[in-house]
Amino acid sequence: MEKEIVLNTSKIGKFFYDPIEFKALDDITFEAYKGEFLTLIGKSGSGKSTLLYILSTMDTEYEGELFIDGKKITGQKQDNLAKIRNENIGFVFQFHYLLPEFSCLKNIMIPALKLGKFSREEIEEQAYSRLKMLDMTDQALKPASKLSGGQQQRIAIARALINNPKIIMCDEPTGNLDTKNTQIVFDIFQQIAHELGQTIIAVTHDTDFAKASDRTIELADGKIISHGKK
Amino acid sequence: MKLSVNIEIGLTHLLSRKRQTLVASLGVTVGIAMYIFMNSLTLGVNRYSDNAIFKNAPHLRVYKEDEMSKPISGGSSSGSASGGLPVIVNPKISNTSLNLVNPLKLLKDIQSQKGITAAAAYVTANLFYTNGKSQVNGVASGVNILEANAMFNIESTMIDGDLRSLVNTPNGILLGVGIVNKLNIKLNDNINVISSVGVVKLMKVVGIFKTSFAITDKTKSYVSLATAQQLLGQGPNYVTDIYVNVATPALAPSFVPLLQNLTGYTVEDWMVANETAVAGSKIRGIMLGGISWAILLVAAFGIYNILNMTITQKLNDIAILKATGFSGRDVIRIFVLEALIMGFIGTCLGVALSLVPTTALAHIYIGADIGYFPIRFEPSIALKGAIIGMIVTFCAGYIPARRAAKVDPLAIFRR
Repeated sequence: MEKEIVLNTSKIGKFFYDPIEFKALDDITFEAYKGEFLTLIGKSGSGKSTLLYILSTMDTEYEGELFIDGKKITGQKQDNLAKIRNENIGFVFQFHYLLPEFSCLKNIMIPALKLGKFSREEIEEQAYSRLKMLDMTDQALKPASKLSGGQQQRIAIARALINNPKIIMCDEPTGNLDTKNTQIVFDIFQQIAHELGQTIIAVTHDTDFAKASDRTIELADGKIISHGKK
Repeated sequence: MKLSVNIEIGLTHLLSRKRQTLVASLGVTVGIAMYIFMNSLTLGVNRYSDNAIFKNAPHLRVYKEDEMSKPISGGSSSGSASGGLPVIVNPKISNTSLNLVNPLKLLKDIQSQKGITAAAAYVTANLFYTNGKSQVNGVASGVNILEANAMFNIESTMIDGDLRSLVNTPNGILLGVGIVNKLNIKLNDNINVISSVGVVKLMKVVGIFKTSFAITDKTKSYVSLATAQQLLGQGPNYVTDIYVNVATPALAPSFVPLLQNLTGYTVEDWMVANETAVAGSKIRGIMLGGISWAILLVAAFGIYNILNMTITQKLNDIAILKATGFSGRDVIRIFVLEALIMGFIGTCLGVALSLVPTTALAHIYIGADIGYFPIRFEPSIALKGAIIGMIVTFCAGYIPARRAAKVDPLAIFRR
């Protein structure tokens, strides 16, 4: 099968200046393919989260170039980047970060309402189908703050999926989940990547989780030490 | 669609903190209500004091200014220093008459001007009112009483008799109530009038008026134009003043150059003639305006504060919104919208609330010719207050909203 590149970087480097000048990333060049479940691992301070934030387009202060779907992202304006994130990237964070005043359904719908591609009714339908996939339909109308951690994480995944993004980025998605919930999240990721063909890039320090993924890139001291080609 | 999701987020924020929203709105309510009340008060009182001025004085007065004699210098125009004989001079008023030339034509010309609502010819005569041994000095205005009434609504001050009888009675006189009391006379009595040039006339009291100005009531009288001219020993073309009213009193000064060019005489507007009163209204305006602005600013700070607090509490939410594709401009829109909604609620309530003190005050009886307290609900001020309220809340919302727009999601996620 021909592998289609959805994201690639060219010689990305990143400095931190506070408290002292420190090179957090050096010469990072790699590709991520369509439908791939990719994990980034490395010790604390290896730069894996820093890299993820650059890939997410939220961090714009770096050297080198970033391409998503063949389009150059480096150097674009903030408002454009917001649009690109809205359309192409879904996020799942370690601390689920839902909007507490809104119902789960609304939380899932907001990025789609922002995108404005479908009518409200269609978006609601899509949100329900995501919830069904994650087995969360009965929680739809509860306020987000009333859910357990694992449930909130699943809502966050549903939100990440709502706009059918090409890439889903996760920062320690299972960081504070128990084994059972970790397994649920892992299975969902597998399903997303292999059945829906969306790319997942997850930062994790959970080696079991990483081992089970399609490919693992390992970082150490800001450099890629293993591309983990399979 | 894009807008509606911003609105939805803003509304949800407001509704999930109903109390805070209400408190911030009530701040604006009090501010706007006070603003409208204070300004209605200023407007009402100023209008009353202006009207009091216009009971006796016209918006504009055309008259002949006294001319001073010019010093004579020995044959040279450049003065005594240039070699002519030094001449001691003693400047004196040099014009022999205060008559306006061809007053009827002037009056017609003035009346035909745009923006002028009324004009009347006046002859002012200083005189003594005498009844037996009692003597009161005063001033008689010789007027076409109907024209004068159109300007000053003399009819409303009449307490006895009828001003129209002045038209039919050639030697009739309308007297101020103070003169009547001093001379111990009543309606239809006869009195003697002695003018400053020594003309004596027997006059019949056809009406008595009472303004609230003691000085006017004790000195002023109205006679016909012809009578006044006779009292001054002048012919029927003698007119000393033309009184002019315009549609908008505040614009009177702008008519001064126009009328000066038209007539060639001196024109004085009421603001110049009543500088103290005008200064008084200015001071009132500044004082009450200052207070109302201060209250409005406090209200704005209320909104600013609450939004600032909200934004600090919602840094995570803002970061999430930005991560999921909301731009800085969207974030500004959300929070400015919240400020505007609070401002709008507050403004509407404020306009409603301002009705309470204005109507309450308008029902307080003061007495004299003021009657009820001169205040009423002014829709124009309410509108102005509402617009200012919305502008102020916009600013109070925009400043913290800009801060929210600058939130760096990374700084939040890295924590």
